[in-house]
Parts: sequence; C-alpha cells; structure tokens
Amino acid sequence: MSWASLEDIFLSTSLASYLDKKLLVLLRDGRKLLGILRSFDQFANAVLEGACERVIVGDLYCDIPLGLYVIRGENVVLIGELDLEREELPPHMTRVSAADIRRAQKAERDATDLKGSMRKRMEFLDLD
Amino acid sequence: MLFFSYFKDLVGREVTVELKNDLAIRGTLHSVDQYLNIKLENTRVVDQDKYPHMLSVRNCFIRGSVVRYVQLPPDGVDIDLLHDATRREARGG
Repeated sequence: MSWASLEDIFLSTSLASYLDKKLLVLLRDGRKLLGILRSFDQFANAVLEGACERVIVGDLYCDIPLGLYVIRGENVVLIGELDLEREELPPHMTRVSAADIRRAQKAERDATDLKGSMRKRMEFLDLD
Repeated sequence: MLFFSYFKDLVGREVTVELKNDLAIRGTLHSVDQYLNIKLENTRVVDQDKYPHMLSVRNCFIRGSVVRYVQLPPDGVDIDLLHDATRREARGG
C-alpha cells in the first residue's frame, strides 16, 4: 500500500514530488542553479541545499558552489528534474575553472556590447 | 477559473509551452493549478542545441507567471464548449 501524495488528493501542481531530488532551477536573469530541493511554498519560493551555479559560455562550463540557497519564487522560471541516467550536458562541452569561465563571460559580454555599439553607429545609414 | 478548468481537461495531452524567455518546451501536460503553473512530463526542448543545460531534464515544473503561450494540438479545443463557458463566465462576473 503506498501513501497518497498531495498530488493525488488535490489536483495541484505541487513541488512535493521534487523534494530531496537534485533539480535544475532556471531563474529570470538567465542563471541556472542546481541543487537538492529541501523546501518550497505556494509562491514557488524554494530552498536548495548544496546549490551551485552552472555557468555556460559556448562550449565551456563551470559549476560554482553556492551552499544553501533560498530562492524567491518570483524569480523562478522553471524547475526541472534531472534524469540521473542521462548526461546532464552534451559530450562536446568542456569543464573549466571558475576564473576561466568568468574570463569567457566577460569576453562574450564585451563582444555583445561591441556589436550593440556598432549597430548604433550604423543606425544613421537607415538601411532597413 | 475558466482556464484552470480548461487546462484540467487537457491533462494527458501533448503541448508546447513557450516561455517569456523564448525557451519552448514540448511535453505531456501532467498537471495544472489555480495559478496556471504547469507540470510537464517527458519533456523535450524545441531548440535543444541552444539550451544544453536542459539535456537531462525530462519532467519540469513551470511557474505560471513566465508562460507566454501554450500551444495545443488542433483537436485539443472544443471551440463551442469554450465559447459557451466563456459566455457563462462573462454573464456571471
């Protein structure tokens, strides 16, 4: 005999089935947090234990440890359950150090800013 | 409550949820709640190469506030039923 979960009793989209599981949390600012869900509430506020931020720049990635995190629900986009039998990332991706990923992030940001400023300078041409 | 009831009837159907951050996820609608939070099962991301971090995610919870569209199968809507329910709701409100 199995215990009825909260999902069976109320048709609610409860995060109860995700408790104590390793999850991927996507935030509105684009950050990706991984960790074990320990607590949640009706606003999708969440407590992640052993949280780390997975920073991805192109084919490089790095997991930066954060510890115990309380996330305010309004920032949550998606909470995904990681299938432990599958690879979390494609095989062509390389793990690098935190210093390297920060450098890569800055390079990407500078490239985007440069593209933006060049576009602004070309606006006077009124091409489109 | 109208859309909550409508989505409840769609549980078990295949849908594509497009989020405000442009991420689009296809999956089976597992459950929905009063905030129109959505739980999807058997998920696949539409542009997988652009979102490598989503590779091993097969089930997910999506906060209702971040949904832009929910794309449904063409036979997923009984348009007349929806019309009637909307008129009833408009009259009552």
